[in-house]
Amino acid sequence: MRLDVVLRVATKFMLAPLLLFALYVQFHGDYGPGGGFQAGVIAAAAIILYGLINGLGPVQRIVPVGLLEVLIPGGVLIYVAVGLASMLLGDNFLDYNHLAHDRIHGQEWGVFLVEVGVFLTVFSTMIAIYYAFAGRRRS
Amino acid sequence: MIVHFSQIATILLMVAGLYVVIARGNMVKKLIGLSLFQTSVYLLYILPGKVLGGTPPILDPARAVYANPLPHVLILTAIVVGIATLALGLTLVVRIKEAYGTIEEDEILAKEGPKENLKDRVRNRSKSGRGGTAA
Amino acid sequence: MIETTVTILLLLMLGAVTIGIVRVRGLFAAVVLLGVYSFLMATLFVVLDAVDVAMTEAAVGAGVSTVFFLGALSLTDTVEAPGKRRQIMPLFVAVVTAGALLWGLSDLPEFGSPDQPIHRQGADYLVRSMPETGIANVVSAVLASYRGFDTLGETTVVFTAGMGILALLRRRRGEGKS
Repeated sequence: MRLDVVLRVATKFMLAPLLLFALYVQFHGDYGPGGGFQAGVIAAAAIILYGLINGLGPVQRIVPVGLLEVLIPGGVLIYVAVGLASMLLGDNFLDYNHLAHDRIHGQEWGVFLVEVGVFLTVFSTMIAIYYAFAGRRRS
Repeated sequence: MIVHFSQIATILLMVAGLYVVIARGNMVKKLIGLSLFQTSVYLLYILPGKVLGGTPPILDPARAVYANPLPHVLILTAIVVGIATLALGLTLVVRIKEAYGTIEEDEILAKEGPKENLKDRVRNRSKSGRGGTAA
Repeated sequence: MIETTVTILLLLMLGAVTIGIVRVRGLFAAVVLLGVYSFLMATLFVVLDAVDVAMTEAAVGAGVSTVFFLGALSLTDTVEAPGKRRQIMPLFVAVVTAGALLWGLSDLPEFGSPDQPIHRQGADYLVRSMPETGIANVVSAVLASYRGFDTLGETTVVFTAGMGILALLRRRRGEGKS
């Protein structure tokens, strides 16, 4: 694997566009196809690609397991926190109307934050699954 | 009958997945069959949302006819949950391979003698397995 | 008309790939064919106007799940043992299931007609989305706003799977230290 020049160079060219595309899918999800689920999987695919080419050690320096342990529950907590915030502002749970000065902006903030929570959980879970398979030795 | 061509095709894909799950003893192959089955169910949900001559449900003043967005939402989340459960299944297959040395159902059942007490057998096996990793 | 033709063509290709998956004995080939199947399905979703679902299916079904399958194959066997079991009973069950489902088809609406119940009944998100949320992609609006509870549940399922996997990882590290 270390000597496979074509794969390594091609991966270097693909990684940045992949991550950029994931961010585009995430933040453009209100106006075109996309959202937290898709963006999370695409970003995780970029990291997994890096891991496939360079091995488990280098990729775990970029995304350590400790970070995953924070991000997986962190996404769900962001989601629940948005719901609780809308409750504190006098609405129902996950009803975003009062999150900003008017209803439309409130909805946009709510959807944005919720999608960020979904992104974090999906992204880190996919990487965790990959680590679990890659970290085992053949018996 | 011919107007239902899409549903007929979906059912045939689904039944092919069901056949693989039942007929094959290899556990990875079973999971592949389960994925076939699952994906054809996605198709079954998406099909009725389509309107001929419509566009995707992204609002634009120039368009009037859209596909129904509700099944899209349900299936979108189902796909991501499906991969999580699939990964769980694959993890179990890997654990079975480590415990029994095979992923063929028939061979596992043959190793798991019918007369022996199943609980004792599993306990002994897990003990010896743990000892093996420590050594 | 063109939409129907493309749909039929893609369904035929899906059928061919499915026959390949059922017949092939090598698991590696089956996994790659499953990736082909997912890509064809994603294309079909684009034709059926489900662009969000198509994007998810292409990323998850054809991309990540293939990697997971290959990861599992690298830890287990890559060739199926030749089958010794009888195939009559599974074939019988499959044929009976197909017959029962096909028998129930006659009441279903025809492909792509706008007067199906799904378009006439229920909450009309297409009309409500723009004035109530200001979000042009109705799928995003329904996913995160109208059906936020659903998505919270789904995210929790993914979270649970991630926690289970992390528990596996952590136990392995503990074993390594001892």
